[in-house]
Amino acid sequence: MENLEFNYPSANRQVTGRSHVGVAGSGDMELLMQPSETSEAHVSVLTSVNGFGHAWKAVMDRFFSKYDGAVRIEINDAGATPGIVMLRLEQAVEALGK
Amino acid sequence: MSGQPRVRGREWFQALTGVNAPMEQDPASVLTADAKLGDEVARFLCVVPDPQGRFPCARRGEVGLEEAYTLAHRVREVGTRDADAKKAPIVAIVDVKSQAYGRREETAAIFLAAAAAGDAYATARMEGHPLIALVVGHAISGGFLTHGYQANRILAFDDAGVVIHAMHKEAAARITLRSVADLERIGHEILPMSYDVKDFAKLGVLSHILHVENPDVPSPATVAQVRQALIASIADARSGSTDLVNRIESAGALEWRKAGQAARTLMKEQWEAAQ
Amino acid sequence: MTTTDGVIEAPAFVRRNTFIELNARARAQSLMDPGSWRELVGPFDRIQSPWLAAQNIAPQFDDGCVVLKGKIAGKSVVVIALDGGFQAGSMGEVSGAKMATALDLAAADSEHGKQTAAVLLLETGGVRLQEANLGLAVIAEIISSVLRLRQYAPVITVISGTVGCFGGMSLVAGLSSYVIMTPEARLGLNGAEVIEQESGIDEFESSDRDLIWAIDGGEQRVGMGVADLLVNDDSGEIAAGVRRFLNSEPPRVYRSQQVDLYRERIAALDTSAQIDPHSIREAWGRKEGAR
Repeated sequence: MENLEFNYPSANRQVTGRSHVGVAGSGDMELLMQPSETSEAHVSVLTSVNGFGHAWKAVMDRFFSKYDGAVRIEINDAGATPGIVMLRLEQAVEALGK
Repeated sequence: MSGQPRVRGREWFQALTGVNAPMEQDPASVLTADAKLGDEVARFLCVVPDPQGRFPCARRGEVGLEEAYTLAHRVREVGTRDADAKKAPIVAIVDVKSQAYGRREETAAIFLAAAAAGDAYATARMEGHPLIALVVGHAISGGFLTHGYQANRILAFDDAGVVIHAMHKEAAARITLRSVADLERIGHEILPMSYDVKDFAKLGVLSHILHVENPDVPSPATVAQVRQALIASIADARSGSTDLVNRIESAGALEWRKAGQAARTLMKEQWEAAQ
Repeated sequence: MTTTDGVIEAPAFVRRNTFIELNARARAQSLMDPGSWRELVGPFDRIQSPWLAAQNIAPQFDDGCVVLKGKIAGKSVVVIALDGGFQAGSMGEVSGAKMATALDLAAADSEHGKQTAAVLLLETGGVRLQEANLGLAVIAEIISSVLRLRQYAPVITVISGTVGCFGGMSLVAGLSSYVIMTPEARLGLNGAEVIEQESGIDEFESSDRDLIWAIDGGEQRVGMGVADLLVNDDSGEIAAGVRRFLNSEPPRVYRSQQVDLYRERIAALDTSAQIDPHSIREAWGRKEGAR
């Protein structure tokens, strides 16, 4: 297992609400999104697939280049592809306001 | 699987009851007897191998259709008999390889047979019969759920021939594509996966682990020792509740089932708030 | 597609509100009165399995068990849904504790005059092998909790597929007041793969899907009288079935207590060969005196 952490100081827009998307099933991932306790975004990833830190960073960088919410994101990952990761992030944002 | 552990059930049934035959019209794979235990008469039940059994997949001590429904019948019989009387103790002597893994069993809804036995045992317990499981050999998976696991108190021998688990080692190795050695190693790291009864005892589900000499061929002294342990468990069961709360409030549970405990506690709080 | 006058008429299989394709949470919600439910010990509470990460398996924030407390047709219920997408809905320390506790709380409320039924959405292979003895122990506790609650309020099991209901949890189905199945669903103790593995391919060829459904499938189980209602994979139909059983009197005799009947039936079986599913359905199907 690997624990990965990412921080995005530029994502400092206050948000409300919370969302939960996905499932920690094989090839998929699960995500919790809540307002951050600080004024920046924090991402924690627990993944059963080691050695893809750079790929995770690339996806997170790309996501936060478009999204500025100060969110705390926690992920349980069971081998999602970057495409699925991005999809789940977008679904979580959409569900945030609901 | 070798023969030795699966003979223990019959040995202990005979040692504790003096009986070595099924009740009339029962299949040879289920031994039932009412026998003295202390100053009471207890009903003893045990599932044993029957090489001549009607069901090919239930001849080596597995709990199959006939076994499950016979257990259900003989346990319910005690409840009916004692409806307006003192509730007799019921002792399940457990040495079951597993449930029966056969197509006939699946077709004839063995899940319901197992449920019927579980229902009978649990209902007897809830009606106030002290229900004791004495694990003398194997207690695996559906076999144990059907025969023994609804007990107020579970006793087991501290012995390599006693294995309590969700799936026997060879099958678990096959299904998880690991070696048996691997599984044993994992069992040392992940307590609930251990095949060692001493590790199972830590989980707090067992009420007593019994150190006995030669459980395969018990001496009169050993049998007397086990009788005493059963009598004490019966008294203990009578002094407690008719549910299984003792299992989740035990010292072992507090140590090893913390996450489950956290879920319980939080759910109770949130349930009240959601009224 | 539109017709010339602008009316869109989709075929029935498109209109159908599939239940099977919903996740556990959505399934549970679909059964309940809108706005009436609250999730207990949900993913945001983060009570996860303490055993999985050490085995290189990603845990899930709700450990694969969803508990919603609320109402169905105005009646108090707790809906407990197992997530077939996480470890095949298997029972671990936490998912099992959630189910057992919810059942116990429903029983306690019922004992104090607030009748609270339970609806179990069982999508499960049984014990989670990675938690082995804690999974098996908690299933024994769930069995006890179902039997306690059943005295006061209905325990309704829904098995819709695709995982089905196998292993120790099949006993929970067997103890339920009522069981609802779809044709896609399966209910059995062992399942074909385990039988093939333990008793050989001649005993059960697990690649024979027709045989699997002929034995374990919803049509067969309902047809032979060991489950109560067959419905299509449609949320509306399933919800209607649940409501119907919530409003029913409890069974006069629970199926799991019809021991004499089933002993006779088992004694009457010809075990010299495999049992033909059609003939057992014929012999056991809904008749006078049986359920």
